[in-house]
Amino acid sequence: MAISFTLNGKAQSVDVSPDMPLLWVLRDTLNMTGTKFGCGMALCGACTVHINGEATRSCITPVSSVAGKKITTIEGLSADGSHPVQQAWMEEDVPQCGYCQSGQIMSAVALLSKKPNPTDSDIDDAMSGNICRCGTYQRIRKAIHRAASMQAGKAKSAA
Amino acid sequence: MAIAPVVNRRDFLKTGVAGSVALVIGFHLSPRAFADQAEEQEKKPPNPFDAWVRITPDNRVTLILGKSEMGQGIMTALPMILAEELCLDWKHVKIEQAPTNPKVYDHGTGGSGSVSGSWLPLRRAGAAAREMLIAAAAARWKVSPDTCKAQDGGILHGARKSFLTYGELVSDAAQLPVPDFNTVPLKNSNDFTVVGHDTRRFEGRDKATGAAIFGLDSRVPGMLYAVVARCPVFAGKLKSLDAAKTKAVPGVRDVFAIDPVGQGAFTAGGVAVLADNSWAAIQGRKALQITWDEGPAASESSASLRQQFLDHAAKPGKVVRHDGDADAALNSSVKRVEALYEFPFAAHATMEPMNCTVHIRPDGAEAWIPTQAPQWAQGVIAGVSKLPPESVVVHTTLMGGGFGRRYQADFVMEAAQVAKVCGKPVMVFWTREDDMQHDFYRPASYHHFAGALDAKGQLAAWKHFQTSTSIEAMWSPKGEENPEKSEFATAAFIPYQTPNYRIEYTLAKSSVPRAWWRSVEHSTSGFVVESFVDELAAAAGADPLEFRLRLIGEDRKIPDFTNPKEGRPLDTARLKGVLRLAAEEAGWGKPLPKGVSRGIAGYYSFESYTAAVVEASVKNGGVKVHRIVYAVDCGRPINPEGVRAQVESAAIYGLSAALHDAITISGGRVEQSNFHDYKMPRMNETPKTEVHVVMSKEEPTGIGEPGLPVVAPAMCNAIFAATGKRIRRLPIRSEDLV
Repeated sequence: MAISFTLNGKAQSVDVSPDMPLLWVLRDTLNMTGTKFGCGMALCGACTVHINGEATRSCITPVSSVAGKKITTIEGLSADGSHPVQQAWMEEDVPQCGYCQSGQIMSAVALLSKKPNPTDSDIDDAMSGNICRCGTYQRIRKAIHRAASMQAGKAKSAA
Repeated sequence: MAIAPVVNRRDFLKTGVAGSVALVIGFHLSPRAFADQAEEQEKKPPNPFDAWVRITPDNRVTLILGKSEMGQGIMTALPMILAEELCLDWKHVKIEQAPTNPKVYDHGTGGSGSVSGSWLPLRRAGAAAREMLIAAAAARWKVSPDTCKAQDGGILHGARKSFLTYGELVSDAAQLPVPDFNTVPLKNSNDFTVVGHDTRRFEGRDKATGAAIFGLDSRVPGMLYAVVARCPVFAGKLKSLDAAKTKAVPGVRDVFAIDPVGQGAFTAGGVAVLADNSWAAIQGRKALQITWDEGPAASESSASLRQQFLDHAAKPGKVVRHDGDADAALNSSVKRVEALYEFPFAAHATMEPMNCTVHIRPDGAEAWIPTQAPQWAQGVIAGVSKLPPESVVVHTTLMGGGFGRRYQADFVMEAAQVAKVCGKPVMVFWTREDDMQHDFYRPASYHHFAGALDAKGQLAAWKHFQTSTSIEAMWSPKGEENPEKSEFATAAFIPYQTPNYRIEYTLAKSSVPRAWWRSVEHSTSGFVVESFVDELAAAAGADPLEFRLRLIGEDRKIPDFTNPKEGRPLDTARLKGVLRLAAEEAGWGKPLPKGVSRGIAGYYSFESYTAAVVEASVKNGGVKVHRIVYAVDCGRPINPEGVRAQVESAAIYGLSAALHDAITISGGRVEQSNFHDYKMPRMNETPKTEVHVVMSKEEPTGIGEPGLPVVAPAMCNAIFAATGKRIRRLPIRSEDLV
């Protein structure tokens, strides 16, 4: 049975087992490999995507549950890496192995959409579901603050 | 069906993988061990335009990376060396992974040895290419090469103000004789514009956009996805299999048994489930009806291993080092200190679980592998497929973490076995549970220390007994003769002067696989040495920094006791240098907020010197680390920003070992399975880390691992300063804090 949803702004329909987690639909059915498999139990955050704007662990989200919803993955943040959070990630040279960073970035984008100027404690709360075995947390924190100022600057110049 | 063991040790030797096995065994010896192939290549170096640099007529330059990128930044650091000698503008350089060809490249990536082993060979290769381009330009202009120089991706002839790009010269240059690598002129380091300058990682953009391709992201037309059910008990075997329910799972294509492979590969064997997608493979595996013959290892547990440790510690061990008479000095000492230290097995837990994609055809094979040892992987696939290694194309992908785990070939062997049977491209991937329960773990160990101070507060005796599940005993067929070889490192040549120095060792038997975990034996040796010297400082009533500096004493070079031939001696001046620098930057001796205390540690590993000062407090049965200040001397830093990043990373990996990492065994199997019971630091546990890099002009040395060994002892020494409690077993338990 086909399941339809909006993926990165475009209509998408897949014919897969309804209990298949969204993670594997993205990776194996649609060959969109930016979203990563880390634990399969919503413990590490590597698979984080946005469903209707909420940061969600796609590894435990059955694809049937996203019918009719709007999904954004790392590939949908920007066409050219120009999203302020991605830019901040590059400028702070955050990634090491980089495997967890799609999930980290998706969590950070969701945080900034709710709290445009987060405190360190907000960052602890929003980001502690994402594991980085390379331990890039200090740079992630700096990059989130940097992205917040970049977005504030943008909002100011637009106003 | 079952297939016979495809590669035994003899086949390994016959298929030419022996060199790789030797290289693996050399892993813990020194970073230099990784330069074996490099040295051979220096004898008859390949044309640099074939091996290292590709230039198109429109002057696009691509530098080739012969090592594997696992997050350590080698994809940036090594091409920086080539770019320097080639006088290239870094901004316009592209980088490509080398094809797997051990005759040209020294692929093995580990032991923090890539930069130290590649520094000279890559400088020479870059310089040779530059000189060939200069010669081509001089011939074109009919001038002396001495009047030409390389600049910004071209050759300049000053007098005639002529300029030709490399693109315009490359077809001529590549035909010229390759200069002698021993005499080719190298750039003066005062003229460096790339090396020594902060550089962002080359592939950082792809890692921020999701475009980076890791092993698990390999996609090949017509590929299948497979998982393997393995006996949870180490060395257990398949007894019976009923795959009927699995075959009924939609998407499952095939189910078959694969045999375990012994020495070298160390695979568990088991039952492979092949499917159209990852989810179907996982679901299919859940439906398998398997009976295992658990074998004799089923009786092993962490408790039985500890009992073995205690039994061994009650008796003398094999004498590894004996200077003077430590026992006599201890018996007649003014002040005697004793301590026991314990460590569990630890898992690598790379974020990307193991995986390997292989396609074996009758005429050749192709593979996509996140591996630290592509040359070994190539040999393994060649052995399984009965193809010559040259017919096996191995693409080294980016790795979602390595830390030593991906130097292994077990996950390659399994994938090759599965691919051989199925004949289609197939990715064998591991779930987190597979990864956690079938790792090659950092050995568990137990240490007894006794030390004595004389009336002047000098170190009268140092005695160290260790019993552990040695790496050497597992990897070297004759390892049980010298199992201690892989277990002491710098603990066998401490910088603290004493006339009476004794080391003893007893091997503890275990069926739990062991291998190289980030910083290997230094992770425990650093802890015991830097904790025990702190205990002695406290017994002497001395400041921990002053005490260390006093015991280290005068400037001198201490030979690497465990590897005197290859290992570089420990330079006490450089060790004292980082201790002083870290202390100064941390404000050692200056007041701290109430409840916060400082601890320090300094250590030599992978030919580099690190010191850390940790600020920590203890509250509600837990430790909080507020700040870590590092000083590191890894010789000339190629990319100082990359050096800082590696040390920041090692700090968290070391913090993880101090706070969380513990693999425990029950019934011969690993009790942990995923990140809920094998925890690691997260954002909320991350201290502020500062890294001060010594801008040395010494030969560059390792930095992927040396940041790790100092963090746990510095932290536990801070806990002692705060509470008076000594932490002698890791990970830290709340009951040890009160």
